[in-house]
Amino acid sequence: MYVAAIFLPLIGSILAGLFGRQLGDKGSQIVTTGLVGISAILSVFIFIDVALGGNPQTITLFRWFESGALEVSWALKFDTLTAVMLIVVNWVSFMVHIYSIGYMHHDPSISRFQSYLSLFTFAMLMLVTADNLVQMFFGWEGVGVASYLLIGFWYERKSANAAAMKAFIVNRVGDFGFALGIFGVFFLFDSVHFDTIFAAAPDYAQATVTFFGVEWHAMTIICLLLFIGAMGKSAQLGLHTWLPDAMEGPTPVSALIHAATMVTAGVFMVARLSPLFELSDTALIVVTLVGAFTAFFAATIGCVQNDIKRIIAFSTCSQLGYMFFAIGVSAYPAAIFHLMTHAFFKALLFLGAGSVIHAMSDEQDIRRMGGIGKHIKLTTAMMYIGSLALAGVPFFAGYYSKDMILEAAFASHTGVGYLAYWLGVAAAFLTAFYSWRLLILVFHGKPRADEKVMAHIHESPPVMTVPLLVLAVGAIFSGWVGYSAFVGEGFEAFWGPAIFILEGRTSMVEAHHIPGWAILLPTIMGISGIALAYVLYMLMPSIPGKLARTFAPTYEFLLNKWYFDELYDRIFVKPSFYLGRGLWKSGDGALIDGVGPDGVAAASRSIAKSISKLQSGYVYHYAFVMLIGVAAFVTWYMFNMG
Amino acid sequence: MTDWPLLSIVTFLPLAGALFILFIRDENPDVVARNSRNVALLTSVATFLVSLFVWVNFDPTTAAFQMVDQARWLPGLNISYHMGVDGISLFFVLLSTFLMPICILSAWEAVQHRVKEYMIAFLVLETMMVGMFCALDMVLFYIFFEGVLIPMFIIIGVWGGSRRVYAAFKLFLYTLLGSVLMLLAMLAMYFQAGTTDIPTLMAYNFPFQLQIWLWLAFFASFAVKIPMWPVHTWLPDAHVEAPTAGSVILAGVLLKMGGYGLLRFSVPMFPLATDMFVPLVYTLSVVAVIYTSLVALVQEDIKKLIAYSSVAHMGFVTIGIFTLNQQGIEGAIFQMLSHGIVSGALFLCVGVIYDRMHTREIARYGGLVTRMPKYAVIFLLFTMASVGLPGTSGFVGEFLVLLGAFQDSSWVAFFAASGLILGAAYMLYLYRRVVFGKMTREDLKSIVDLSPREVAMFAPLILLVFWMGIYPSSFLDLMHASVGNLIDKYELALSASGAAVAAR
Repeated sequence: MYVAAIFLPLIGSILAGLFGRQLGDKGSQIVTTGLVGISAILSVFIFIDVALGGNPQTITLFRWFESGALEVSWALKFDTLTAVMLIVVNWVSFMVHIYSIGYMHHDPSISRFQSYLSLFTFAMLMLVTADNLVQMFFGWEGVGVASYLLIGFWYERKSANAAAMKAFIVNRVGDFGFALGIFGVFFLFDSVHFDTIFAAAPDYAQATVTFFGVEWHAMTIICLLLFIGAMGKSAQLGLHTWLPDAMEGPTPVSALIHAATMVTAGVFMVARLSPLFELSDTALIVVTLVGAFTAFFAATIGCVQNDIKRIIAFSTCSQLGYMFFAIGVSAYPAAIFHLMTHAFFKALLFLGAGSVIHAMSDEQDIRRMGGIGKHIKLTTAMMYIGSLALAGVPFFAGYYSKDMILEAAFASHTGVGYLAYWLGVAAAFLTAFYSWRLLILVFHGKPRADEKVMAHIHESPPVMTVPLLVLAVGAIFSGWVGYSAFVGEGFEAFWGPAIFILEGRTSMVEAHHIPGWAILLPTIMGISGIALAYVLYMLMPSIPGKLARTFAPTYEFLLNKWYFDELYDRIFVKPSFYLGRGLWKSGDGALIDGVGPDGVAAASRSIAKSISKLQSGYVYHYAFVMLIGVAAFVTWYMFNMG
Repeated sequence: MTDWPLLSIVTFLPLAGALFILFIRDENPDVVARNSRNVALLTSVATFLVSLFVWVNFDPTTAAFQMVDQARWLPGLNISYHMGVDGISLFFVLLSTFLMPICILSAWEAVQHRVKEYMIAFLVLETMMVGMFCALDMVLFYIFFEGVLIPMFIIIGVWGGSRRVYAAFKLFLYTLLGSVLMLLAMLAMYFQAGTTDIPTLMAYNFPFQLQIWLWLAFFASFAVKIPMWPVHTWLPDAHVEAPTAGSVILAGVLLKMGGYGLLRFSVPMFPLATDMFVPLVYTLSVVAVIYTSLVALVQEDIKKLIAYSSVAHMGFVTIGIFTLNQQGIEGAIFQMLSHGIVSGALFLCVGVIYDRMHTREIARYGGLVTRMPKYAVIFLLFTMASVGLPGTSGFVGEFLVLLGAFQDSSWVAFFAASGLILGAAYMLYLYRRVVFGKMTREDLKSIVDLSPREVAMFAPLILLVFWMGIYPSSFLDLMHASVGNLIDKYELALSASGAAVAAR
């Protein structure tokens, strides 16, 4: 059962990928969806056995490679953390598989799409069940490839290809850090196996190492390197630029990969490595700061974007920031709790957005929508539920998990903890604002689309709406259901050995005992954000335009996403090409070849020419040369004898 | 059949095939061509099958040379015919015999004139390559090592592209320089130690001063072969002008001769000099990785791009060898094998579209996936293997090399690992321009997907890429003893010299 839950999606992917033509579109859909569905059901049993029954286990499949002290196996590790991820990944993936049947029915390459989706699911499952760093890296890069293929799914579009490449390469920058982190772990522990590392970690709590010519606190440098990997995958500040562009992929892909699962891999990784991160205060501070600033920064951009999917993408980026600063204040359970609730409501929002785009004949710009709420009532309701959960309105899923994170940040009673709290509260306000801006501009007001589009608006077929309903159930109830087990009193019993929190770090416990105003503030901010959006976009729709004109530089700055793309283009992309061309033409061409083979050839040709001039045919020329030779030999002989 | 002279059979079977082809005569040139192809394919497949017995008979528990053939050759000079394999050379022999049938298949339709001579050249080349990896006598090694050049020179010069003469001359100039120095060094070793027997020389202690000169002389030759920066410029030209199968052998096997040479001669015979020159090799390798990756990024010719990527990948190999730890060296050997398969396959991929469109210019392609879905999948697979995706063969070698390097110097690992990012950049950029996008060119619209022959040619390569990526133990396990022994001896030599210095 355990092994099947992981490998069924791979089988589905191979069948649909290689025999798509024989299976037909329908067949591919049935095979892939069915197999992922079985995995989803199995993962419930695994959750019951492992998490609720307290029965963690590891299944070793076979040896991967071995060299000297390094030993790596293919193995599946199931503990509470993995079991939670299995539920999230398999169920969201299952819903997205079903939804895609409806969403992609016009597309000419359905079996290819379904195959990629299943391949992604498999890689993600390998990532979350890894029992060593190298296998995690396998899943990590595997999801990267699946994401590359799916972003570039519509390969005829230039922008899609560019976005796919960008996603892969920016992620590689993160992987570069991850890989160096793995080497560092091996350097210190002589192992890459989780259980071995975690058992030995306390002995190295004070160890120092010299990497890159600097002496470091060992855990700090290793954790920071690993965290670079997490930043890449989870689109944190600095390495986030690929995520908005990734929206070039089909919408179900955005829901599955770029909202619910793959981008949370970074959060999962850091939570998995809690026994290492807990030993480095510096690393945790960095994680907190990066998370908090990302949460705020992405939310500011989300407020001015006009592409429905990009707004949700920046929202994802922002919510991932929340998860990271939760980790930074040692509230790992809160981070994973938010990861789970977020997976449900964000997938709901994306699939809802897909339903809107579907209804609007592939229009994505919210400036050309409006007033479509009454035509697609079900989708509207679903988008409202998703937004309510996202904004943290009481008793929806996001309320429980987001507030828990903010409370834990407050309860850590550290400088960075308070900073994170305040940035998080500000971001909560912005989150509610941009969510309602989106809802109002899309569903209310006067239609701004042309008549042809408006006449064509229709509700999506059940194959698309049923997954929405299932996810909506998650978005409403998952917070309420999970709260006490995930983060309530006695959360340690639920998580067991899967998460390690150093003694003395009490943010998880203290979170339940902070001042009342600090608990209420996020909710109040959320509701005022909604209110502001109502005022600006419903009651006085002329104001936003005026604001944008009055604060044009700020608006431009936000609209252009803080100019990160332009900056990177100027300092990395262009110089690389410039340098490459220079090295090729002047380095290889002029210098190495010029002095080397071509130079030698030219020189020997000119020498040969001069020598051939000597062959004049006159006897006295030759005699002269012979004489010189004799003289030279005699001189040499005399010197040697003497 | 353990008492059979297996290695000699594997080495000289292709030569026998070549002789056989030589005697093919017929009025009709088509018949000659067809028979030559068939004989060449049969011979190479048979050779591969025989070489599998070498693998089966190999005993992974010992570091000693196995399946040794020894015969008196020039007894007066103490030179003998001596063949054998250990865990380091075993897979290079298999790599050579494995790639050869694929090369011959790839030329099935692409080569139409002088087919008979072409096949003879390739079979002779195979004898030389296999012989070089098995040779346990320095003179024998030198003969095979240089002998490889002759058929290669002819292959590029006769069946090559428009600038083939320039490419062949460049190849010749570079390798000549290296070879002359290596020959001098071999003479010096012979006069010093009185033997040309490799196992004996490995046990011989050369004085430190001499080691430095010998090391440099050998290095000159091997660095050109690998090729290391800055003596790499012959490779892009040679690749561009060589016919497809020539490129496959060039990238697949010939480049590995340098890496193999370092492991067979430089490290075990001159340990003190090796220790001294580690920083030099690291520097050159790191420069190679970054420099050639950047250059690859701006190439306009597909083959040139892959050729530059080869230089970058071989940079990993030299780093791995000179980490002088188990992970690094095994990683380097594995990376060489994987690169042999993957870059060979990439050149075959280029060959496929070159055969159809007769151009290697990237800008002339685009949108191939619309007409050639099978090709797109296969090309993508090898692209991913080339960027070192875990689960493919490319990952294991790179990972082990970098892991080994990090244990020795974190800076080297840092700079070399940046090759992972650049590698992804140039390969994906290439893939995007050739395979993705809209098909806008009229002449591409009638391009046809892979024929069954071409699929058959790729199938074993695909299988191997996954096998080496998912269960690399079947290869690595056979290297452990020999590599461990190499490192032990190296460290013993270092500590002995340290003791000698201390005693003074």
